[in-house]
Amino acid sequence: MAETTVQEVKKEPFFGKKERALLLDPINDNNPITVQVLGICSALAVTSMVFPSLVMAVAVTLVTALSNLTTSLVRNMIPKQVRMIVQLVIIAALVTVVELSLKYLNYPVYKQLSVYIGLIITNCIVMGRLEAFAMANKPWRSFLDGLGNGLGYGAILLMVAFFREIFGKGSLLAGTPLEIKIIGPTAEFLINTKESMLFGWYVNNNLMVLPTAAMFIIGIFIWIQRGSNKKLIDVS
Amino acid sequence: MEVLNIFIKSAFIENLVLAYFLGMCSYLAVSKTVKTAVGLGLAVIFVLGITMPINWLISEYLLSETGLLGIDLTFLRFILFIAVIASMVQLVEMVVEKYSPALYNSLGIFLPLITVNCAILGGSLFMVSREYNFAESISFGLGGGFGWFLAIVAFAAIREKMRYSNVPPALRGLGIAFILTGLMGIAFMSLMGIDPMALSK
Repeated sequence: MAETTVQEVKKEPFFGKKERALLLDPINDNNPITVQVLGICSALAVTSMVFPSLVMAVAVTLVTALSNLTTSLVRNMIPKQVRMIVQLVIIAALVTVVELSLKYLNYPVYKQLSVYIGLIITNCIVMGRLEAFAMANKPWRSFLDGLGNGLGYGAILLMVAFFREIFGKGSLLAGTPLEIKIIGPTAEFLINTKESMLFGWYVNNNLMVLPTAAMFIIGIFIWIQRGSNKKLIDVS
Repeated sequence: MEVLNIFIKSAFIENLVLAYFLGMCSYLAVSKTVKTAVGLGLAVIFVLGITMPINWLISEYLLSETGLLGIDLTFLRFILFIAVIASMVQLVEMVVEKYSPALYNSLGIFLPLITVNCAILGGSLFMVSREYNFAESISFGLGGGFGWFLAIVAFAAIREKMRYSNVPPALRGLGIAFILTGLMGIAFMSLMGIDPMALSK
């Protein structure tokens, strides 16, 4: 397994222009959520707070990168008719590993994400990238493509979670030692200061906690992104 | 009675798309015309209605500690569930290709992608975590599928009308689809307080 990777690397530059594009394109121009419309379900369901979204982003990035790598390594051995089932078995095995490790490492977050960790299997990003990229490309590039798409997905997830948590709960990073209250009457670093008048009046907006709010936020993100990046505008 | 309640609850009150936001990818991508939306919706009802009882049997008699093998194999749940779903989808694909080539062509890549429709696997996982029995799992499968069908057809109908409205260019297509789904989700939230158990008394 390791030998093939080394051989690929010798023939081409290890991290040239193409590799760079593979890694960075999905973050903006070819973002899995806002442009390719893949993997929306989990983006809506887990983003009510920043910390679980961070865990989810890491989990998805690991699964996309490793499943792309694995599929690319065995791509010439897979018969065409059963490729879907082979891909799903690879993904399901990786997700099981991720699920069990998370259960061991951080049980509260595992409980909170509940079925959505299992649903990484059916996260279209993973499957979509396997079909579109890993089945036709060499392992190192497939790995980078998976990593890039995972990062693009994670970036949107964290941005949505940031807005939802700050307006829905008034806090950031709740559930970790770094938790801070930013707005609302209990904002910690604002109590008894002049600035407490600035944000203290804020009452938590419960709509933001519901998945519906994520739809609006992603809709607005798409608006902003397409407004600034004209080539993405839907002409149909 | 309980079975009927679960059907109503999973179709309307806990709609898979508009309350849990499952199966979003194909929901957003195949909802441009009502005709294809109906086709995909029917396929989803069929796949959900079939895979749910099969997965119930698997998790009850094969994977649980009290099952036939007597050992706890729940860590194999994902792999077995997804294998069942993938083979069922393959079956549906063959049937649709044989009897309705036009629908097969218009669904395109999204027919095999029912496999990775989160609503299907999500339904199975919900079924396990809510501890339904066999009859309830069938009812949950059909109800959930019906709810999904209803949501995608309604959404496709709105999108067909949207063509005549003047949406800002950058919001056209995907952006407005997201916001629309959000609004539909809010509308469905008004059903949330209904308790079918109370109504049947």
